[in-house]
Amino acid sequence: MAIEIEQPSVSVGLSKVAVSETHGEDSPYFAGWKAYDENPYEESTNPSGVIQMGLAENQVSFDLLEEYLEQQPEASTWGKGAPGFRENALFQDYHGLKSFRQAMASFMEQIRGGRAKFDLNRIVVTAGATAANELLTFILADPGDALLVPTPYYPGFDRDLRWRTGIKIVPIHCDSSNNFQITPQALEAAYKEAESKDVRVRGVLITNPSNPLGATIQRSVLEELLDFATRKNIHLVSDEIYSGSAFSSSEFVSIAEILEARQYKDSERVHIVYSLSKDLGLPGFRVGTIYSYNDKVVTTARRMSSFTLISSQTQYLLASMLSNKKFTENYIKTNRERLQKRYQMIIEGLRSAGIECLKGNAGLFCWMNLSPLLEEQTREGELALWDSMLHEVKLNISPGSSCHCSEPGWFRVCFANMSEQTLEVALKRIHNFMQKRERRRN
Amino acid sequence: MRLIVPLQGVVQGRGGLILGSLIPCALFYFLQFYLKRHRSPNPPSPSASSSNLAGLPRTSSRSTLSSRGSLGPVRISARGSSIAKPDDSPYYIGWNKFRDDPYDKINNPNGIIQLGLAENTLCLDLIEKWVSENLSDSIMGRDGDDLSISGITTYQPFDGMMELKVAMAGFMSQVLGQAVSFDPSQIVLTAGATPAVEILCFCLADHGNALLVPSPYYPGFDRDIRFRTGVELIPVHCRSTDNFAFSITALDQAFNQARKRGVKVRGILICNPANPVGNIIPRETLYELLDFAREKNIHVISDEIYGGSIFGNEEFVSMAEILEAEEVDKDRVHIIYGLSKDLSLPGFRTGVIYSYNESVLAAAKKLTRFCSISAPTQRLLISMLSDTKFIQEYLETNKRRIKKLYDSFVAGLKQLGIRCSESSAGLYCWADMSGLIPSYSEKGELELWDKLLNIAKINVTPGSACHCIEPGWFRCCFTSLTHEDIPLVIERIQKVAETCK
Repeated sequence: MAIEIEQPSVSVGLSKVAVSETHGEDSPYFAGWKAYDENPYEESTNPSGVIQMGLAENQVSFDLLEEYLEQQPEASTWGKGAPGFRENALFQDYHGLKSFRQAMASFMEQIRGGRAKFDLNRIVVTAGATAANELLTFILADPGDALLVPTPYYPGFDRDLRWRTGIKIVPIHCDSSNNFQITPQALEAAYKEAESKDVRVRGVLITNPSNPLGATIQRSVLEELLDFATRKNIHLVSDEIYSGSAFSSSEFVSIAEILEARQYKDSERVHIVYSLSKDLGLPGFRVGTIYSYNDKVVTTARRMSSFTLISSQTQYLLASMLSNKKFTENYIKTNRERLQKRYQMIIEGLRSAGIECLKGNAGLFCWMNLSPLLEEQTREGELALWDSMLHEVKLNISPGSSCHCSEPGWFRVCFANMSEQTLEVALKRIHNFMQKRERRRN
Repeated sequence: MRLIVPLQGVVQGRGGLILGSLIPCALFYFLQFYLKRHRSPNPPSPSASSSNLAGLPRTSSRSTLSSRGSLGPVRISARGSSIAKPDDSPYYIGWNKFRDDPYDKINNPNGIIQLGLAENTLCLDLIEKWVSENLSDSIMGRDGDDLSISGITTYQPFDGMMELKVAMAGFMSQVLGQAVSFDPSQIVLTAGATPAVEILCFCLADHGNALLVPSPYYPGFDRDIRFRTGVELIPVHCRSTDNFAFSITALDQAFNQARKRGVKVRGILICNPANPVGNIIPRETLYELLDFAREKNIHVISDEIYGGSIFGNEEFVSMAEILEAEEVDKDRVHIIYGLSKDLSLPGFRTGVIYSYNESVLAAAKKLTRFCSISAPTQRLLISMLSDTKFIQEYLETNKRRIKKLYDSFVAGLKQLGIRCSESSAGLYCWADMSGLIPSYSEKGELELWDKLLNIAKINVTPGSACHCIEPGWFRCCFTSLTHEDIPLVIERIQKVAETCK
């Protein structure tokens, strides 16, 4: 027998945050992921499935991690008889484990080839860089204020920087005429655009090395950015999450190096975000940090980090791993080499299919130019091409429009989250796709 | 600019004397009125001076902002500034003092004894034993038959691994003696109960809305909820004559008063078992509460984090049990849980949102990207929580040990003429020291708190930090003490008590 349940005439309301679309999960960036989830490529069981090239995950150096954990069981098990476990289980101090902060500081120094020093007392721990960026935004800007972000940028920023914080992102437009580098004119234009809309700019947020470009920012541009921020008396956030994924250590210049060269003058406006999700391939661990040269920001961020602390078990494990200099040196060096090799492989494979990419030197992806293939040089044209890549070629790549790129036809293609064999399959599919198009034209 | 131009006209003699005095006055009054209506809900802070100029056109404030010389250092936001201020609550001041001078039996016997942090170390020996016997298997994920770390290094669902949700549902059920079963698909996992509470507030209320909270309440709520969400907490005062139980009448009064002020109440936040009092909300009151929430069409958040720390004989009824029985109106009820108290693992950062509302679950899941539980810890917990035999032994032993210590501590206080409220749960007791305070006021209470902290060298939490309306009550956490520590604590209190009589 059916049971009739009287439905309330007015359902209980939710907040604006809860019903807002700012999470952005209806964009193509995430739609592609859904398509992959429904039909994932698998070498033996599903060889015609969708290959995921839209997720910037680093699996190329996985074996090094595995080897470390197998050989150092004490690191993960608190040793025989579990000494230290009790303190660890109770440790919920938002300062973060000192040994972990120390190890993180020295790891960050190693990545920069010792060209910058980091003070463990300026490190604030967060559960991932996603949390770090949001937390910094809460601290640096009020609702309605803006951050300037160079385009193209990581699609997740629309959500991470804006959703709960209530701030706006004003784009700093970059284009292919100069390899998408940030120019002083573009900075000024963005600032003026905010002014014209009566929006107060609180800072500039850059990603260096850049996502999705896969390239490091040049020293001269960093100097200009710092000067610009100083002139406008605003903050500069440098998300250096891919710093360890630059193919050669010397090609990456951190904002920390610029500050050191200036004897830390005007440094209280600079904040660095870092994480182990990309360089160390540990996104599941949820490890992020904020490094700030501003005492007030450090104090405030620390208090706010109680909403996003890293498990003490993980801090303990990583303190051990990251202070093992032999392991970290070998890992950083090997990881760079393998990423470079992958990059070469995909660039050559694409080139032989007639596709050019932006010259890159870092990251887990390349920035591919498919504008010659577009039916029309518009966002719609780009999305039509993206759609055929997803449904015909069965590759999930990220369209430039979801990265707010002003020029249609560019795509971000990730290459580090799969085996070499899978990458070859993907390149073959692209090759076939391009050949089919040629034949159709003739 | 708009302010200056009409005055210019007056100054240049175009307006005449009457207009010359009328217009500036009128403008002045209108400006005041405009500013009052548009005042930002955040308290004005010294560094973000422009928030006080909200009524003036942006151009005038901006030109002040962009000339570097007059400005000084780069500013942080208004909400950042209010958080940056030094701690002024005794709750945090006491913690800071303890950190600088912590008691240690051997190395620092005159240090401060911590009775201000609800931490339970009574059964860590059981957990230590389990970890040393089981850990190497449990931390790695299982990839087929081989131990593999791919189960912990790669991206996981932000709202937690399904296996952990299943294990957690089972654990929550065990805590309630199998009185109710929990559905894993209604669970959202977060890095601690702290972000769980914040996420719920972000989902259920807008900036400027309010939640009713029976008081005295957990001091942490003031930070956790008000820091970033902009949601106001309205205390609903409870009295010792009712053993600090809340009444629907009081809730109704508070709701109406808020409405008169133009503040929209979006829900009621209860802690059951209660913190700091340690009492349990009776079944009938829970039904009445649901009726009240239904009538006002608002939410109920039930923080049940102490659900497994019950040592008395009173029956604990979870909201989940009430809702399992009733068929209607589950959309408005949300439960908070976590492993920091019942399983003594605050360091591992494990919190739970349990909701019956699909839209809340959908939004909360997306927000967990900012506060996910670390994967190796999830793996460890899946193992531990699935070991139901161990969990059963743990839960029973824990209750026994808490009760023993509670009885001892309360008896000790009784000898000093300090009585505690009736409580059956929690890691603390709620002590009435009003007989020792110099004046029956918050000031008197804080004077006693100061003496206890600096002379007796014990850190307890004064009722005013918990928004208790009756002065003289103190929360004393005892579950990080050993039986041998208790006489020492009582002795120290006695020294101060004698100077107060």
